[in-house]
Amino acid sequence: MNILNAKFRLYWPLTKPLQSGLLLATGLAGYMSARCPVLHIGTILGLAGSLFLAIAGSTVLNMWWDRDIDAKMKRTQKRPTSSGSAPADEVLRLGLILSVIGVGWAVAMNPLYGLVVFAGLFFDVVVYSMWLKRRTCWGILWGGVSGAMPILAGRVLGLGGFDWIGLSLTLGVLFWIPTHTLTFSMKFAKDYETACVPTFPSTYGLAFTRATIAVSSVLAAVAMGAAAFGIGMDWGFLRLLGVLTAGLLMLAFAITFRPSEQVNFGLFKYASLYMLAAMILVVIEVL
Amino acid sequence: MKMKPLDRILLLLTGLLAAYQIAVGIDGLGFFTITAYTLAFGVLLVAGLLLIILGFGVLDSPIVVIVSTIIPLSLSLGLVWELLASFRTPYLLFAILGFIAIIITRSTPMPGKLPTLLLALIHGVAGMTIFLLPIIFAVTGQAKPGFALVGVGGALIGVGGLLLSFLQAGKPILSRETILKVLPGLLFLMTLCFVIGFRYG
Repeated sequence: MNILNAKFRLYWPLTKPLQSGLLLATGLAGYMSARCPVLHIGTILGLAGSLFLAIAGSTVLNMWWDRDIDAKMKRTQKRPTSSGSAPADEVLRLGLILSVIGVGWAVAMNPLYGLVVFAGLFFDVVVYSMWLKRRTCWGILWGGVSGAMPILAGRVLGLGGFDWIGLSLTLGVLFWIPTHTLTFSMKFAKDYETACVPTFPSTYGLAFTRATIAVSSVLAAVAMGAAAFGIGMDWGFLRLLGVLTAGLLMLAFAITFRPSEQVNFGLFKYASLYMLAAMILVVIEVL
Repeated sequence: MKMKPLDRILLLLTGLLAAYQIAVGIDGLGFFTITAYTLAFGVLLVAGLLLIILGFGVLDSPIVVIVSTIIPLSLSLGLVWELLASFRTPYLLFAILGFIAIIITRSTPMPGKLPTLLLALIHGVAGMTIFLLPIIFAVTGQAKPGFALVGVGGALIGVGGLLLSFLQAGKPILSRETILKVLPGLLFLMTLCFVIGFRYG
């Protein structure tokens, strides 16, 4: 029992519970947005379980693949994979097991849903981490695509197919991700430089990165707004989403024209809060 | 001054109350009134979130004076629009001109006491409107008694707005530590009064 407990404590952080939880929330919101029978507990539990396992699996596999560069960066060198406290082959096995169970469960629930979940995992692990991350700063675009898959998967499971609202929700998350990751890459620019990982700040400079953040924030807001309207969100909730969006745009504007470390950190945190709040609004709207 | 966990909880509750008010609490009112209230509670919500994220340090920004003026101005404008139809246009003009004046006096160096006087005048008029209008309407029976709570909220917002604005203007009424100590509680109580007042008023 003690061994199991110790293993759990060692490997749980590898799943990045907060990040996985936020992506899972987008998946649940995507499902709810389809206004499917929301009290179908079996389906909701299946969605939550399969998505979490697939997301956690891909996160663990990323950690396994990136353990050499993580060891060079201050921010990540204490991770069990980079510090050596978790054996690499064991981490790989865990990542594969979680991924296979997650995707398998998803396929068993609905093949189309399973395909989208698999696409998310494939884009994240193979296209982003293994292929592009160390070659080009544009790799984050594909990281963004994979991050946007849970909400599309949820929508597809609820609806049984694709529609423009699902696409709009996907674009909302896709454009939100640079707001989050680019502010992160500015904050830890030196770390990425040490590990020789190309980032927007190191390739194009801070001004271009800030402008990219501002543009992607506007696009994320437009896409989320369009999706909320398409879902038929109540006027009051639309007002609230508009207010939260205004806060996001204000920070994006501030980071472009009055940049500072404080605004950078503020936008990074606010962007997560914005996405979580948008997902909660979608869920409450349907309940 | 470091923010305590209780301060964060109070600010979060303030944000949730403001969010409720925007999404549910002002339904059924006219378009202009809803817009004015959404602006007021929206600024309150975003400001509360930024305070939680960035701490009290965010209050050092020169934009705080301008932002803390939006809340009483738009809230009072909403009340006048809803309750005093004959004063709509003059008050709208006062709100627009007052806001422009605050932006100008805060973004360009201006000698003398004009910026401070202007700040006191605009906050004073807006604060008194939010304080008196609901109480008068409640006392005279033109609104339910609960509506008087909006007036109590108005008194609190007047106090909070003046404390913050004069602190930022370099002429603090109370010490910075005292203001920061009471601010989260003041914001929470104020928002609670508004929400209950509008709900049962």
